[in-house]
Amino acid sequence: MVFRSEEMCLAQLFLQSGSEYDCISELGELGLVEFRDLNPSVSSFQRRFVSEIKRCEEMERILGYLLREIHKARIAVPEEDESPLAPPPRQVLEIMEQLQRLEMELSEVAKNKEKLQRNLLELTEYTHMLKITQTFIHSRSRYEEFPTMETDSAGGCTGMQRLGAKLGFISGLIQRVKVEAFERMLWRVCKGYTILSYAEVDESLTDLDTGEIGKSVVFLISFWGDQIGQKVQKICDCYHCHLYPHPENDEERADVLDSLRTRIQDLNNVLHRTEDYLRQVLQKASESAFSWVVQVKKMKAIYHILNLCSFDVTNKCLIAEVWCPISDLAKLRGALEEGSRKGDATVPSFVNRIPCTDTPPTLLRSNKFTSGFQSIVEAYGVGDYREVSPAPYTIITFPFLFAVMFGDLGHGIVMSLFALWMVLTEKKQNKKRSNNEIWTTFFNGRYIILMMGLFSVYTGLIYNDCFSKSLNIFGSGWSIKAMFTNQQWTNKTLQNNALLTMDPNVSGVFNGPYPFGIDPIWNMAVNRLSFLNSYKMKMSVIVGVIHMSFGVVLSVFNHLHFKQKFNVYLLFLPELLFLLCLFGYLVFMIFYKWLAFSARESNRAPSILIHFINMFIMQGKDITPLYPGQTGLQIFLLLVAMLSVPVLLLGKPLYLYWLYRGGKGLRRRRGYERVRRASEDNSITPSYDDDEEEGFDEVSNREPLPKQFDFADVCLHQAIHTIEFCLGCISNTASYLRLWALSLAHAQLSEVLWAMVMRLGFKITTKVGVVFLVPVFGLFATLTVSILLVMEGLSAFLHALRLHWVEFQNKFYHGTGVKFVPFDFSLLPSVFEQEGLL
Amino acid sequence: MRVLFCGPKLAACGIVLSTWGVVMLGLLGIFFITHSAGLIEDIPLQREDLYPDPNPPQRVYDLYNQVGYNCFIAAAIYVVLGALSCCQMRLNKKKEYLVQ
Repeated sequence: MVFRSEEMCLAQLFLQSGSEYDCISELGELGLVEFRDLNPSVSSFQRRFVSEIKRCEEMERILGYLLREIHKARIAVPEEDESPLAPPPRQVLEIMEQLQRLEMELSEVAKNKEKLQRNLLELTEYTHMLKITQTFIHSRSRYEEFPTMETDSAGGCTGMQRLGAKLGFISGLIQRVKVEAFERMLWRVCKGYTILSYAEVDESLTDLDTGEIGKSVVFLISFWGDQIGQKVQKICDCYHCHLYPHPENDEERADVLDSLRTRIQDLNNVLHRTEDYLRQVLQKASESAFSWVVQVKKMKAIYHILNLCSFDVTNKCLIAEVWCPISDLAKLRGALEEGSRKGDATVPSFVNRIPCTDTPPTLLRSNKFTSGFQSIVEAYGVGDYREVSPAPYTIITFPFLFAVMFGDLGHGIVMSLFALWMVLTEKKQNKKRSNNEIWTTFFNGRYIILMMGLFSVYTGLIYNDCFSKSLNIFGSGWSIKAMFTNQQWTNKTLQNNALLTMDPNVSGVFNGPYPFGIDPIWNMAVNRLSFLNSYKMKMSVIVGVIHMSFGVVLSVFNHLHFKQKFNVYLLFLPELLFLLCLFGYLVFMIFYKWLAFSARESNRAPSILIHFINMFIMQGKDITPLYPGQTGLQIFLLLVAMLSVPVLLLGKPLYLYWLYRGGKGLRRRRGYERVRRASEDNSITPSYDDDEEEGFDEVSNREPLPKQFDFADVCLHQAIHTIEFCLGCISNTASYLRLWALSLAHAQLSEVLWAMVMRLGFKITTKVGVVFLVPVFGLFATLTVSILLVMEGLSAFLHALRLHWVEFQNKFYHGTGVKFVPFDFSLLPSVFEQEGLL
Repeated sequence: MRVLFCGPKLAACGIVLSTWGVVMLGLLGIFFITHSAGLIEDIPLQREDLYPDPNPPQRVYDLYNQVGYNCFIAAAIYVVLGALSCCQMRLNKKKEYLVQ
């Protein structure tokens, strides 16, 4: 973990036109540098490599279609561990060709399959219709005896004569939902000259146009007369019926049924073969799908980067501007050489450092352990360039403050085991790549949770709280027997009193403090909370003041680094004095009271809060002092704190004003000394080191001497800072009391859960009732995990985070920087992965 | 047991709960058997058990032992449940392996 962010430099890359693709490919694999856009005013359609990007997007479209088909066919796409490199331009055409061929083949096969399925549906419907109308005809057996007439040319119906009138038939299928409307329409239009009989088909058929599966109904309409026939035909068209020719007699019906059966069988065969072929094609394509996707993604990224570069006058080479960490310059050179070699360039590409006045982006290197803590710091704000980073300290202080609020041995063990499981199976989980966002958040913070759990085990031992019960490991320091042996209590006292107080002044009752943590006897005391509250509140204030002082001290490193030594005297010193004189003194009083007053004097022990308030209103004459000389010391501390406020308020603006005015007012009187002083005075002018390489970048003055010095602006800014700091000291110290509040809440919730759930299971006295303990424990475990671990855990996490972000970081951290985002192929998002296709 | 009646997630929950149950109820049983004072409020103690007692605190100790044995029985039941969940987990893994 690093103390401050890395030094960056702006560099120009000169890439020869033959090998620029390979150079950028190398850089993308390594992920070293961040490219700057040299053509910001050019729209994306006017850039140089727009046609190549269009080609990549076309390939992505085809790949998307291909992956969707593969996904529909439920074929798994095998992924390789190593991602393939970006293909050279000559290979690109091959891939493009392959993809286009695949697309054509797939669409043709899909079209054929659809045609075959449509055909199959028609044949199936015809079969059903024939079978069902057979039953209609046979139920009305009179029609069989009539001879057939010639087929009517209008729409495939056969005519029959009955009593001189011409009888026509129309038969087909209609969707079940439309049947009633159809019948009503027929009745209204044809006014009784038609007879409609219909029956439902057992099998549900898919309507190919809409893809719905629904029931159909076979109908048979018999009508008199030609005109009616035409009307019926039109109505059938209206209702999108599938009409099929009605056979004239049974033999014809049987023939048609037979031929239909064979045709359906053939069609099924062909369909199966088509599906098998389609599956084969998709299987073959799926083997290389993954590498194509990666290659196309890398290619597109490289062309985007090439679009950011500018061409030089001779049009022979590309110029790119990159931000590069100084420690990686050698690797950058190596990458360019490698790229030039791969691209077979005659002239190698090279790097040239250039000076810059812009602030470089911030880079903080982290590994899988520290990246979690880094990300929670950066969620507040990315640090300024070369600012002190609070992340290394957060690794310890964040889990510690969490644990102070969460302190429970049992819960800590459960949390640590959960985090340990995540850590041990991390390789497997990384491969799984779940879509559940909540799980991914928990998994990414596994090291944070592990640390929080381990620290909670520690504070659980200190608070002596394990699922709300205390553990007696060393033997309690209090002895009840001693109250009896010293004749303080008798059996009669026990019988007559519900509550008794143990007196530590009686010899033998209190045998010294418990070696580690809180004495387990407090778990059984009724006044447990009075004792613990006082202890936890004082502890919170102590932790708070230490944390904040540490923050103030860290600001010194920033002031020194940015060559603003005056800040150390005008900002840091007054701040520290104010904080320590007031709240440091409070901490001192707490420790003094703990050490100076024993059980014998405890009824005379004064209230610290009263003394503290009296210090401010300077009225301490009536109360006995804590220690001799208290009044004098308090007045002195108060004076120092009061004086540091105007220094903080006016010191920096006045100093800057004096500098702006020339700053040499005092020196004019000392002639030759001025020469010596001027060469020593390096707090304003930037210093150039001997090493030229470094000289460019240490010009990192945060506030260079401005040409225009706005006194009012500086004054206002400083006044805001002073008020914020001074009032903030008080409110932030009080804010640390949340450490007490949350730990109290957690302990109480834990106790309530035990008393209301587990105790029920223990109090069962019947023989069979013992089995009741099993579900009771299950309920207890579920509630513990959901309420105490998840809810309280998240709450404590949030509060610890707030304490870091506000109370700690506003003492020294600016957090207004820009993060360094290198050009790295592994960081690019994959559209297909997001859609769940890969 | 050949019948699969819970999915992988339920089986995993079952294993975790059973392990926790066995460990915690076992430890609680031991603490009850050794008559630890911190657990006094968890035993079904009545006023009659305390005062007319010729041989104190034998009644209280008996109650402690009873609750302790209850805890051990519950822990044993959780061992059975844990074994059941393990079987289900193994069956689930086999099914997953076969499908792929």
